[in-house]
Amino acid sequence: MNNRIHKILNTCRKTNRKALSIFITAGFPGIDATPSIVKTLEKAGADIIELGIPFSDPLADGPTIQHSSDSAIKNGVTITTVFDIVAKIRRDSDIPIVLMGYVNPVMAYGMEKFMKTAATKGVDGLIVPDIPVEESGEYREFALHNNLAPIFLAAPTSSDERLKQIDAASEGFVYCVSLTGVTGKTNGLSDNVSGYLKRCKKCITHNPILVGFGISSGKDAHDLAPHADGIIVGSALIKRIQNQRNGDYYPEINAFVRDLREGLDNN
Amino acid sequence: MMKSYTQPDIRGHFGKYGGKYVPETLMFALQELEDAYTGAKNDETFQNEYHTLLADFAGRPTPLYFASRLTEKYNRAKIFLKREDLCHTGAHKINNVIGQMLLAKKIGKKRIIAETGAGQHGVATATVAAKVGLDCIVYMGREDTRRQEPNVNRMKLLGADIIPVDSGTQTLKDATNEAIRDWVTNVRDTFYVIGSVVGPHPYPMMVRDFQSVIGRETREQLSQRQISSPDYLVACVGGGSNSIGLFYPFIENDSVTMIGVEAAGYGITTQQHAATLTLGTPGVLHGNLSYLLQDANGQVMPAHSISAGLDYPGVGPEHSYLKDTGRVRYESVTDAESLDAVRELSQLEGIIPALETAHALAYLRTLLPDTTAGETVVVNLSGRGEKDLGTIFKELHYT
Ligand SMILES: Cc1ncc(COP(=O)(O)O)c(C=O)c1O
Repeated sequence: MNNRIHKILNTCRKTNRKALSIFITAGFPGIDATPSIVKTLEKAGADIIELGIPFSDPLADGPTIQHSSDSAIKNGVTITTVFDIVAKIRRDSDIPIVLMGYVNPVMAYGMEKFMKTAATKGVDGLIVPDIPVEESGEYREFALHNNLAPIFLAAPTSSDERLKQIDAASEGFVYCVSLTGVTGKTNGLSDNVSGYLKRCKKCITHNPILVGFGISSGKDAHDLAPHADGIIVGSALIKRIQNQRNGDYYPEINAFVRDLREGLDNN
Repeated sequence: MMKSYTQPDIRGHFGKYGGKYVPETLMFALQELEDAYTGAKNDETFQNEYHTLLADFAGRPTPLYFASRLTEKYNRAKIFLKREDLCHTGAHKINNVIGQMLLAKKIGKKRIIAETGAGQHGVATATVAAKVGLDCIVYMGREDTRRQEPNVNRMKLLGADIIPVDSGTQTLKDATNEAIRDWVTNVRDTFYVIGSVVGPHPYPMMVRDFQSVIGRETREQLSQRQISSPDYLVACVGGGSNSIGLFYPFIENDSVTMIGVEAAGYGITTQQHAATLTLGTPGVLHGNLSYLLQDANGQVMPAHSISAGLDYPGVGPEHSYLKDTGRVRYESVTDAESLDAVRELSQLEGIIPALETAHALAYLRTLLPDTTAGETVVVNLSGRGEKDLGTIFKELHYT
């Protein structure tokens, strides 16, 4: 497989650049906001965009993403809306786009139809945290068939053997969850994250590894950069948008992403 | 006619339902649990301890009671009640909790978490945790802490920490979300005691097996009365554990009609019900594929039932399979009908049933006219009603 994700991560590898992937809930804080937010993220140094499909019961997420997901649903966001947002972004951007969502809305839409439409609209990859490798048969088949990268998650509790299976099932990259827990932890990285990432590197040989969960500062980015091919940041950015209640959050998210970028680059 | 029933398959699938739809972080714990459970089946020490606790601590076997005045009222089939309300803590939930708690001990987990709706599973978990000396945290929707307050107080006295959940509808679904988030975070030292035949594999299978003691005892108690086989089994369905516990030992016996009764809330033509099998469509919630109340976009819809234990938009995956195959019939009963049934059983038989249980009892009005005098109906009397007195008094306008 070769799509925008592979291309950017290949370029990163050749130029010694650590990839920065940013997660934002699609349609949060408003449906029209997402394409402009993505533009800002791209300009500030993001390499990959993850768009969250909102779900009523996001059980791998902490309060920040639960909240952004709830408000997107209240804004009327459905999978169709998310596809429209992707199409809009694609009018003037070639940044790799990964959709991240729970399995139920995807099933309700229809797995095969979802993959076909996603590919047509310009999606490059998929992250579904509640589909482990064991349940991935049909999901993975339809994704691969449509040139979409099925990105599986690895966890600190995954055995070496599982890490190898996850690597074999994944395309694009493997999403290494930095901690045992849900998204949104902001009080620093867990102590043994470097040891865990070393183990990931040893077992995951076909795909680059991007580490995510609990990364909330340029310093975190800097500390993690030597141990992975890139990082993923979500809640910390969404929190910055949530905190700018009536204001203009663009300067804030621009500064935050630049800070992350700098943390990755100054290594 | 007998045919062999072998669900679930090795990967925890009941037909297309079930499975393990959970974050990767939990996968090792599910394997650990499955290995421990498989090992325990042939572990004599474990089995002895389990059966001793069921007998001496939970009070099993529970009686099979002939409800003579209820039977007289309809003047058709004989009605028997399987008295799970007489279990220690007041409901069938403890049968499962004892099994899971012993597994937690065997695996070496130090911290117990549970979700609860009616509070019966929470009370059972807090009780057995106290007995074996493990820390216990119970997640409970804020709304349920209000309508099942007596159980909140029992849990506190038993030494458990109750964490009220304010998200969503503040009921069982949301309590389960929070319990799973805790589990994902603390999985290394924490055992999640799930209260029904829901969640990822191996829970639906394991909880069914632990609850099957209900059906096995029923079969034996019937045969002591020279009844070789019941004609009808009736039980309420929230997640589906008391019903599958009664049904499972009879599942290969085609002459037994099985009826699961869901909560119709204000009525199945309203949006406010919990009739998941009657009106839902297949989807994934809390780690398994099963029937689910959801909108066209795959967002889970809020359920409603007067009974906190049935107020859940999902249902165990095995029930979805049994519905599709037609082996079990699923019906539903409204809030109002269940309240009537509470009063009726209290005044005809001197037994105050839980609101959950009352749904099964209320269905007798539909079922009994179609039965004949030589037939036998067994209703699973899954729990007692003290916890519901506040709601019952308010709704029935007692003063
Ligand atoms: C007395 C009683 N019956 C039934 C239920 C419903 O659960 P299940 O369908 O798993 O038996 C509950 C749940 O709280 C309960 O307390």
